[in-house]
Amino acid sequence: MSGRELLFWADAIVAVMTAGVVILHRNPVVCALSLVLHLCSVALFFLLLDATFLFAVQIILYAGAIMVLFLFVIMLLDPAGEGVAGRAGKPQMALTLAAAAALLAVMARALPGLEKGGGAAALPEGFGRIDGMGRLLFTEYLFPFEVASVLLLVAMIGALFMGRKEAD
Amino acid sequence: MVPFGSALMVSALLFVMGLVGVLIRRSALVILMGIELMLNAANLAFVAAARHVGSMDGQLFAFFVMTVAAAEAAVGLAIVIALFRRRRTTDVDQVSFLKW
Repeated sequence: MSGRELLFWADAIVAVMTAGVVILHRNPVVCALSLVLHLCSVALFFLLLDATFLFAVQIILYAGAIMVLFLFVIMLLDPAGEGVAGRAGKPQMALTLAAAAALLAVMARALPGLEKGGGAAALPEGFGRIDGMGRLLFTEYLFPFEVASVLLLVAMIGALFMGRKEAD
Repeated sequence: MVPFGSALMVSALLFVMGLVGVLIRRSALVILMGIELMLNAANLAFVAAARHVGSMDGQLFAFFVMTVAAAEAAVGLAIVIALFRRRRTTDVDQVSFLKW
């Protein structure tokens, strides 16, 4: 087993454990901090899979910006963990776990078909780096790029509208 | 070299964990976190496939997913704040008045 593979499995354990804390812990602040750790572990996955630009974006955008937003809102709404909402009732829990196990089984069954085609392809020069990403983004993916800018504008207006003070 | 199959398996497991989080939690904030978990699992699958095929299209898809996730988080959290202002709660079981 190569060093990279070993690191991958160690990171996988961290990712699964932090995800477990996110979905199970009662205190939303602990959930959010655990999610930060989870996002960093996913960033390490990106690095191991030769996506260096996405590794940086994941840490700056996700673990930085989005999680700060989450923490701000948690602190704003739920000081001292007062009125922390817990988990759903027993029937819903059982149904959820059954559905999750079924979904996992379906995805596991689909895996061998996807793995065909031998090992990984040879990587082109500059794979996953910012120059290669930028070139693709401004040529082949120019239209989705512009649509994404409109989406962000709409989201910003929407967030401002939802968060404004009541006029009445 | 990370095996493609195990990367996809980890991604599937993380996606299902996010789904369980969305379904069993009652706090709207933690439900949004579960959605982030699922989006990240999908991103992991995209990046692993990009590495396997040797093309950067998968990485660009993951990039766009991140854009959508940022927009979703901003609007979702704004909705949670507006909800809390009106109802003094973030418990989704107490705001089911649109459900018949």
